[in-house]
Amino acid sequence: MIGLIAFYLFATVTIASAIAVIFARNPVHSVLWLILAFFNAAGLMLIAGAEFIALLLIIVYVGAVAVLFLFVVMMLDVDFAALRSGFTRNLPFGLLIALVLLAEIIIAVSAWRAGPALSGAGPREAAQPNIEALGQALYTRFLYPFEIAGLILLVAMIGAIVLTHRSRSDRRPQSASRQIGRRPEDAVELANPPVGEGMKL
Amino acid sequence: MISLAHYLTVAAILFVLGVLGIFLNRRNVILMLMAIELILLSVNINLVAFSAFLGDIVGQVMAMFVLTVAAAEAAIGLAILVIFFRGRGSIAVEDVNRMRG
Repeated sequence: MIGLIAFYLFATVTIASAIAVIFARNPVHSVLWLILAFFNAAGLMLIAGAEFIALLLIIVYVGAVAVLFLFVVMMLDVDFAALRSGFTRNLPFGLLIALVLLAEIIIAVSAWRAGPALSGAGPREAAQPNIEALGQALYTRFLYPFEIAGLILLVAMIGAIVLTHRSRSDRRPQSASRQIGRRPEDAVELANPPVGEGMKL
Repeated sequence: MISLAHYLTVAAILFVLGVLGIFLNRRNVILMLMAIELILLSVNINLVAFSAFLGDIVGQVMAMFVLTVAAAEAAIGLAILVIFFRGRGSIAVEDVNRMRG
């Protein structure tokens, strides 16, 4: 019973904040609503028993992606009111597309229910903790996809750095090769000046 | 009792909202990226729900991969957004450049 109440709470807040994401006037508010949606979706996954994915959702989405969005939204000084000018013009078409899509999903789900393929499958009791099972699948059967996922993240990181990096001409960096290439013979001269003859410069 | 249909309904509504967001905010790239994140979130909810109700861990592994792709997509998309605004050369963009030191 308490699970059902929690499910409906999380689901309602998730959908309400998703609506607020796309209808908010200020993009900063949109990002904050997105964070709320992620938190409640994590709650939904927690109820389903996927603890690791739920916490990963909070860490990755809220901790990294949403903060990245906030940074970009706040750093770019864009006139967001001008960007919203096509909003009401796109509203009927967008609603039409959304309704068609929803109808298709409902038809697909009811067709799935009519089929016999999954009717016998019910929820099974987990033999081991969620994280343990996930790790065992990830490091044995899905080892190569896991490595590829790491590669994708590396490519994304390098790509983001390369895209946003600029070499500027007005800065004065140190030249490491010149610094290392300097020897004591070039830099220091030892002299033993005789008395009374002065210093050779 | 919570059934699979509950989760599928939530995910379907979230997916449709994401698509609607893409269509409504067609000029605002940041909001479009956020709508894509909503769509990926709904896919994740579907994967986790099927994983939980079929007793198969593979769905959660796939949800992790979707999460990876979503993070990479957000990083690259926002980087492209930043250089896009930099290339347009307005006064505000100059301020962004100065912050980069």
